[in-house]
Amino acid sequence: MIIINQLSKKYKGAEEYSVKNLDLKVEDGEIYGLLGPNGAGKTTLISMLTSLLKPTSGSFTINGLNFKDNKNQLKQLIGIVPQEYALYPTLTAYENLFYFGSMYGIKGEILKKSINEHLEIMGLSRFAHKKTDTFSGGMKRRVNMIAGILHQPKVLFLDEPTVGVDVQSKNVIINHLKLLNKQGTTIVYTSHHLNEAEFFCTHVAIIDNGEIVVKGIPSELIKNQPDAHNLEDVFLAKTGKAMRDYA
Amino acid sequence: MLLLVRDLGGIAILFIMPLLLLIVITLVQDSTFKTISDIKIPVLLVDNDKGEISKNIIENLSESNSFEILQKTSEEEAKEAVFSGKYQLAIVIPENLSASLQKKVDQNVEGILSKFGLEEDTLAIAKEAIPQKEVRLYFDPATQTSFKSSVKNGIDKMISKIETQSIYKAFQTELGEEDSEPIFDTENFIAFKEILPTKNNAEIIPNSAQHNVPAWTLFAIFFIIVPLSINLVKEKNQGTFVRLRTNPVSYATVLGGKTIVYLGVCLIQFTLMLLVGIYLFPTIGLPGVDVSGKLPMLYVVALFSGLAAIGLGLLLGTIAKTQEQAAPFGATSVVILAALGGVWVPVFVMPKFMQLISKISPMNWGLEAFYDVFLRNVGFAKILPEISLLLLFFLTTTVIAIIYNNRKNAV
Repeated sequence: MIIINQLSKKYKGAEEYSVKNLDLKVEDGEIYGLLGPNGAGKTTLISMLTSLLKPTSGSFTINGLNFKDNKNQLKQLIGIVPQEYALYPTLTAYENLFYFGSMYGIKGEILKKSINEHLEIMGLSRFAHKKTDTFSGGMKRRVNMIAGILHQPKVLFLDEPTVGVDVQSKNVIINHLKLLNKQGTTIVYTSHHLNEAEFFCTHVAIIDNGEIVVKGIPSELIKNQPDAHNLEDVFLAKTGKAMRDYA
Repeated sequence: MLLLVRDLGGIAILFIMPLLLLIVITLVQDSTFKTISDIKIPVLLVDNDKGEISKNIIENLSESNSFEILQKTSEEEAKEAVFSGKYQLAIVIPENLSASLQKKVDQNVEGILSKFGLEEDTLAIAKEAIPQKEVRLYFDPATQTSFKSSVKNGIDKMISKIETQSIYKAFQTELGEEDSEPIFDTENFIAFKEILPTKNNAEIIPNSAQHNVPAWTLFAIFFIIVPLSINLVKEKNQGTFVRLRTNPVSYATVLGGKTIVYLGVCLIQFTLMLLVGIYLFPTIGLPGVDVSGKLPMLYVVALFSGLAAIGLGLLLGTIAKTQEQAAPFGATSVVILAALGGVWVPVFVMPKFMQLISKISPMNWGLEAFYDVFLRNVGFAKILPEISLLLLFFLTTTVIAIIYNNRKNAV
């Protein structure tokens, strides 16, 4: 379970908070979607929850642990799939996964078996020994995801895991995430694909200007929003139609 | 490790370029270490004297084996050729130098002898004013001051010797002695002898290889700073650093892994440079490197020098945000450390202030340790202070890198 209390982040030199006094609770076994326009604060929130950013104020716990007191224990518990391809381009898919898997203390045959199983599920077995710089975007996304789940995390954070991939790759990724969730992994993910989030997530929170504007079960949010037929209608009603360009 | 192996171009640069540097520098510097040089510098000589003195000067210059004399008739022509950079040096011997010197010497000798009452017609001699003569030297404006000084000193010494000989000769003539039986010994009474260190009763004669292999090997070892810092910056930029930061492995462990790999690279680099010094140098006319009985100590120095270089690379890679910051800063700092450390110019010729600064250059510690082993033939205890400083430098820079990273990424 993730419990977030009044969590805030203001970047050095910034006038506005990127995340402002945010409260959120994610129960075990949920698939929680963090949705919002560009610059809403989704990535900043995930970065704080994964120890990549230091919060300005507030606190959070994941399964009762925090980074200050239980850093390594917590790092072992969570998995991260960052938005960028966090892979060594000159190494093969297998070598990348072997290296990152061993960082979590998985060794020998167990690691090899785990890598091969995930590559098989993700349809990448025949490319296991090819360098990742020759891979398509969709293939890199899938390897990127495997690197975050090899150690079977209890909580998995994914930042835009399906951005820029074809329908087939997206389908494989989502199906694999569903499988992991069934096996007991709590999933927190950010996405711009509202249609995908509507059917994939058990819960969503729409974030804008660093604050949660609405949260709940997707079907209930649609039902409660007048004239809304899908999550996109809810999203536009809550965040407006103005462009969100920022630099 | 795999990342390095996969980058064949990078590996080639990492290993081949330092070898090329070592070979080129040793070839260039080899002549300065030879007592009899094979290289002759062409010198333009304008002989307006055509007398005994100019004959002497030409003979002496030719015998020195350092110069190839090319005679010119016009001073203007010689000056133009030197100032345009075609030649390094022109020597112009003035008109009537031999006659004037002889007249001056005779005058002085007669004056001295008259004081002793040996000269019969003292009063009859009227002292004629003899104008001073100057041998003019023209140097290419691009010529280094050290070369100018050594040429000036050489010519000055030669002319002094000729003057002395003329004086002795004049005395002999005035005393009515035969020229064929010299009564004065004109050879230098005081001579210099360089006492070299010995090993097993054999003199250890320093050569260009013994000087260059340690100096440029150290330079190459320190260049590991550049690829190492770039590697760390690349990790940050390509996103893999996110994984390293979020997995349950400390930054110290990550740096430890990199230290082991890059230390291996340094030692391979060192081995290759030694092999080149031992086996390749003699085949291309350079003196070979003598490592007999020194190998273990040489590897100890290489290992600690490598650690110091890696420490600096880790710190730079941790602080730098882009490759554009890491690469030029790394390369420039290696050059600065080399200059301060005495790789190019010996520390003892530096100004006092720079000599003090050189004491804090890790390259100076490494170089001194290498010289101790290579040239001074000392024991392990003697290099202990230097390798201790190198280790301390590694520990300090690495700890700063870890603290900096932890503070920057504290959660």
